[in-house]
Amino acid sequence: MDLVEPQNLVKTQVAVFDEISLESGKRLSPLQIAYETYGDLNADKTNAVLVCHALSGSANAAFWHKGARKPGWWDMYIGPGKAIDTNKYFVVCSNVIGGCNGSSGPASINPKTNHPYGLEFPVITINDMVNAQEFLMKHLGIKRWLCVIGGSMGGMQALSWAFKKSELCYGCIALATTMRHTAQQIAFNAVGRQAIMRDPAWNRGSYYETDVYPYQGLAVARMIGHITYLSDEAMNIKFARRLREKEKYGYDFSIDFEIESYLRHQGDSFVQRFDANAYLYLTKAIDYFDLEGEISNDIIRGIMTKFLLVSFSSDWLYPPHQVEYIARLLEKEKRDVSYCCISSDYGHDAFLIYNEKQSRILSGFLNRLYGEI
Amino acid sequence: MIRKRIDFELIQEIIPHGSRVLDLGCGTGELLYFLKNEKGIIGYGIDCDEEKIACCVEKGITVHHGDIEEGLKNYPDNAFDYVILSSTLQVIRWPEPVLVNMVRVGRRAIVSFPNFAHFSLRLALAFEGRAPKNKALPYEWYDSPNIHFLSIKDFEHFCKSHQIDVMRCEFFSKGRRIKFAPNLFAEDALFLLSKGGTSA
Repeated sequence: MDLVEPQNLVKTQVAVFDEISLESGKRLSPLQIAYETYGDLNADKTNAVLVCHALSGSANAAFWHKGARKPGWWDMYIGPGKAIDTNKYFVVCSNVIGGCNGSSGPASINPKTNHPYGLEFPVITINDMVNAQEFLMKHLGIKRWLCVIGGSMGGMQALSWAFKKSELCYGCIALATTMRHTAQQIAFNAVGRQAIMRDPAWNRGSYYETDVYPYQGLAVARMIGHITYLSDEAMNIKFARRLREKEKYGYDFSIDFEIESYLRHQGDSFVQRFDANAYLYLTKAIDYFDLEGEISNDIIRGIMTKFLLVSFSSDWLYPPHQVEYIARLLEKEKRDVSYCCISSDYGHDAFLIYNEKQSRILSGFLNRLYGEI
Repeated sequence: MIRKRIDFELIQEIIPHGSRVLDLGCGTGELLYFLKNEKGIIGYGIDCDEEKIACCVEKGITVHHGDIEEGLKNYPDNAFDYVILSSTLQVIRWPEPVLVNMVRVGRRAIVSFPNFAHFSLRLALAFEGRAPKNKALPYEWYDSPNIHFLSIKDFEHFCKSHQIDVMRCEFFSKGRRIKFAPNLFAEDALFLLSKGGTSA
């Protein structure tokens, strides 16, 4: 869009590192990380905030890419004078490894074969994503994050930072997330993966150099995912039982309802911007996430990070009780943790939508952290 | 807000510098904010109101949005130096487990509440025959958040029967301390408590 002023335009940058050791025992070499930064790092390097994106996000958390139709995915919370104030903080957002938005992932070129990795790409965990972010942190000369912030899969990364690298992370804000993926959450991801892997065009992950692509499977996977991001209330408000461009039922299997049309649109537009294999890798990383299984009470007692944990009343994918559970676990060991459940009809997606209360508590908590250091 | 000021001042007088303090029903965090600034305490709050929680976070107060009883149960013994329940006792559904847990979770507990046996309320009930109201209890019966009506005597009896030691108690009315016949003349009471047999 030509209307975007030049100071609001940003570009994704890339940093390349030799290699990274992964939790699986495998190594990934080279390691490429796509990232963006907003604002300026202060002289003491104490104002750096890491923002972690969710499953389908990218390094473009805020501001505009040239020619883009919309700004970064959390532009409503990041910017001058906004909750995460870029006049005050140096904000970093990097694309996770295993994804498809610039960092190393299954669509990257495998240097051993000079072809895309496909399933040769090693399986990634949330902790691996965090370890990759630590490479970037050192590269940018940051000694400690003032705060690591994220929702959903981004919240898992934020929690991993706080629980496993507490000394590098003064504060942590995790929204709409969990510290352990449950059977139901794994189940939804498993169906998504099955949809992709049962699409003949998937071809065991080797579709990059063919003229087919598992559009159908990925679209269905996205539709299932999308249902879990909304809520009964949100769907009733937005669609109810409204029919799509017709007065009466069609008595056939074409699209009758608005919600059907909406899901198809979500699926079809998602395949334009997301890689099917990356969807497999990222959902697997989320399913493997079990911070609770990794840590002991002794580790929790040693955590000095200050937490703000946020849930949303209508989020049934990561329901409020799962977020509150993390708060209780930390409180039991007398850690510094605030918990807030924000009322919202928007389901899991609520954290990606502007909400005045969310804005106030993000800003207030960051302000407190900044005042303490 | 005279009541609140007296509460705050008394609590400030009781709590030593640098204490770990839990405020149950902390509201917008005014008391914790006050104690943080005046006494350098490490403060935590619990409240069930989302808007009030947001105000606390904005003030830099550490808070838990949720139920007081559930929140208290979760804390280990002596997790805090002081647990405060300021003018909130009368609105809690089940006060018994809350009070018992307060002296378990805190080395000391501070409880303040309006006295339902104040003479003005007694007179209103006796002569008007209607549910009484005064400055401390200003609500109509049908829109009152207060669901328990207790007197100073009731509270003292509760402490005795639950092996809770009363270490100090203060009574006041209209901004002044009441020494004589508090159950008749005090509008508000504040108790400093500890678990029976542990006071030293």
